[in-house]
Amino acid sequence: MADDNDGTTRRDFIHVASVTAGALGAACVAWPFIDQMNPAADTLALSSTEFDVSGVEEGMAVSIVWRGKPVFIRHRTKKEIQEASEVQLDDLPDPQADSDRTSRPEMLVLLGVCTHLGCVPLGQSATDPKGEWGGWFCPCHGSHYDTSGRIRKGPAPTNLAVPPYKYISDSVIKIG
Amino acid sequence: MSEPKFNNSLVRWIDHRLPIFTFMHHEMHEYPTPKNLNYWWNFGSLAGIVLVIMIMSGIVLAMHYTAHVDHAFQSVERIMRDVNYGWLVRYIHANGASFFFIVVYIHIFRGLYYGSYKAPRELLWMLGVVILILMMATAFMGYVLPWGQMSFWGATVITNLFSAIPLVGESIVTLLWGGFSVDNPTLNRFYALHYLLPFVIVGVVVLHIVALHRFGSNNPLGIDVRGNQDTISFHPYYTVKDAFGLGVFLILLSAVVFFLPNSMGHPDNYIPANPMVTPAHIVPEWYFLPFYAILRAVPDKLFGVLAMFAAIGVLFILPWLDRSPVRSATFRPIYKIMFWVFLVDCVALTWLGAKPAEGIYVVLSRLCTAYYFFHFIILLPALSIFETPKSLPKSISKPVLDPDGGGGGMIAVPAAPREKA
Amino acid sequence: MVSAKVIRGFLFASVCFLVSNGAVKAAGGVPVPQQDWTFSGVFGTFDRGELQRGFQVYKEVCAGCHSLNYISFRNLTDLGFKEEEIKVIAKEYEVEDGPNNDGDMFTRTAIPSDTWPAPYPNDNAARAGNNGALPPDLSLMVDARVGGADYLYALLSGYHEAPEGQEVAEGMYYNAYYPGHQIAMPSPLVDDGVEYGDGTKATINQQARDVSAFLAWATEPNMEQRKRMGVKVLIFLIVMTGLFYVSKRRIWADVH
Repeated sequence: MADDNDGTTRRDFIHVASVTAGALGAACVAWPFIDQMNPAADTLALSSTEFDVSGVEEGMAVSIVWRGKPVFIRHRTKKEIQEASEVQLDDLPDPQADSDRTSRPEMLVLLGVCTHLGCVPLGQSATDPKGEWGGWFCPCHGSHYDTSGRIRKGPAPTNLAVPPYKYISDSVIKIG
Repeated sequence: MSEPKFNNSLVRWIDHRLPIFTFMHHEMHEYPTPKNLNYWWNFGSLAGIVLVIMIMSGIVLAMHYTAHVDHAFQSVERIMRDVNYGWLVRYIHANGASFFFIVVYIHIFRGLYYGSYKAPRELLWMLGVVILILMMATAFMGYVLPWGQMSFWGATVITNLFSAIPLVGESIVTLLWGGFSVDNPTLNRFYALHYLLPFVIVGVVVLHIVALHRFGSNNPLGIDVRGNQDTISFHPYYTVKDAFGLGVFLILLSAVVFFLPNSMGHPDNYIPANPMVTPAHIVPEWYFLPFYAILRAVPDKLFGVLAMFAAIGVLFILPWLDRSPVRSATFRPIYKIMFWVFLVDCVALTWLGAKPAEGIYVVLSRLCTAYYFFHFIILLPALSIFETPKSLPKSISKPVLDPDGGGGGMIAVPAAPREKA
Repeated sequence: MVSAKVIRGFLFASVCFLVSNGAVKAAGGVPVPQQDWTFSGVFGTFDRGELQRGFQVYKEVCAGCHSLNYISFRNLTDLGFKEEEIKVIAKEYEVEDGPNNDGDMFTRTAIPSDTWPAPYPNDNAARAGNNGALPPDLSLMVDARVGGADYLYALLSGYHEAPEGQEVAEGMYYNAYYPGHQIAMPSPLVDDGVEYGDGTKATINQQARDVSAFLAWATEPNMEQRKRMGVKVLIFLIVMTGLFYVSKRRIWADVH
């Protein structure tokens, strides 16, 4: 419309306004068609999970589902806590103190998703390989995590993430 | 026909190897179009745009829809309630279907009035009829997907039409259903086909446009283009005119989508499908009503079904039923009247299709059905022989009759195909 | 002059489907009187007070038999409830969850993301508890009935003595607006059957009106968003189309 290839139609204001209005309209229509792919209201409503950790005994680990992904809850032994807190931060690819990763040292809560490419690391059940540092081992590409869920060896770039959670009572945590 | 000059060197590089830009220039920019097209000629490109709107909104809905009898209704409600703008996309798609048929029906009646189906555009017309049939199949299967009461019983009744076929009818119906009633297998295959057919329509639309561009558009005078003085380039003249028409269309569509979104639907389809209970009054969507009226008008099951299919099928042979050499009704005094009578007949059939099949409605349906076929089978061939057309203008640029011409223009000069691009 | 024909065409097509639609509407039931709702019309919005009262009627009267499957507790924010209030409401209900680690289903108190608990576990139980009649789910009532909210109001306030000569079968009740006039649901509302917190007098008509409005919301919680957006979209489209029209006139000025 605002084209003047043959030089006979003038590129005057009204044509520019028309094309602008058309383009603006198309852009506005695009948003609902993109936003529909974002999480729907019912999906967002499920984005927090509550869990009673009192049933998890020392040395035990459970996996619960939060936002469709596993969350590892591990009741660590004294020895595991000690190992995790005595590591020199300089030795870590992604340095972070164990105390910064838990709100109660014995109860470790982690997002059970390998930070490399999203597999679920092994180490939750007693018979699983736990890797060289006694934490978790990702079978997809061989990442080793320690008893604080920190990356020690392998291709994963960062430590297992700690999901946002808080204790809403003495034994119940709310994740998300 | 000039070779386009492109300023951008990348465009030139590509065009030399893949002449897509030259093609677009010829077919969408320079494409010579009769300069006297009226607004009724907007509905062709408008139908194309509505098809795009339907496919885009449909793909979005498919991202959230679940084709299972236990989840379909619920997944549609999730789209309406929880998915971001899901209600908007679904209302566009549901009402867009109705508007698609409004646009296409106007497009068809435009063709009927101005004789656009006549030589050399017979295949163009027939491809259009194929598109109409594909649209009907797509719309029918789409209406089944929400799995409401009307979905279910519409699917039951329409698929049962095929049971009218002698000997193999029952087997065909079982084949269509994938079971012994409309059930989960039926819903799944309808979903698969509802997703497929729009792209088949796109393919036929491409052929429709290729056939159109062979001889160019017909025009309100129905006479052939005599030279460059009769045409203007498609761009910017018809692009801006189509844009304006699209604007008007979008205003009407938006008014319905935002303020009367359920006015063209049926309340029963907000009740989940129940195979044990048929709704008191089952009615197809409005765009099927004339054909539904014809189906019910014939007291015999097989012949009713045949009549319904024949009502669409007769459009295929229309170019050979109407042998009059004059295209436009403007110059056919009797046909012009009969066109409007036929239109009223179609509206009457639409109205009767929604009425219960009892009493006076049955009689009226039969009369209107009989007239529908009378128009095509008897009236049009007879008019071709007996009607005396008015004198045709010499050319589009000279719409005023040449005083010496005396009707010599009545003899149709064969149209020349467009020069090969 | 230029678009008169097009407009005529559209009007004609509109008449075609409105005629056929009107026929559908007249085919079932009894014509119902139109009510004046705050949510009707182009700029209509819900009255939060009305919705909350209607919710109370649903909760205390209807919910005994009728499910509301497509509404979750979290949706009550639309009615003007705060998140904390919704948690309290949800806590009044028990929902089944599970299986737990032992493989057993268990009940727990509801949370905002739960859908409204149904009164019966399945349709057969609902029939068994209601003389064989199935109380329909109410989440889509306004769209699923000809006449919408007007019909619901008419139905709920339309219980009278059967007129002379009208047979009413055993276990059925006379209703002026129900198709066939015989309905399996006894009049659910009584004067002062609920006690409104805002002091509104709970007459039958008032309750019928409130709960009809509530169900209109439940049917389409996005209605207000739809209408608000619609006004903006229409204004934009009219301006855009006007510009297109002027452009068209300019470009076509030299065509004769």
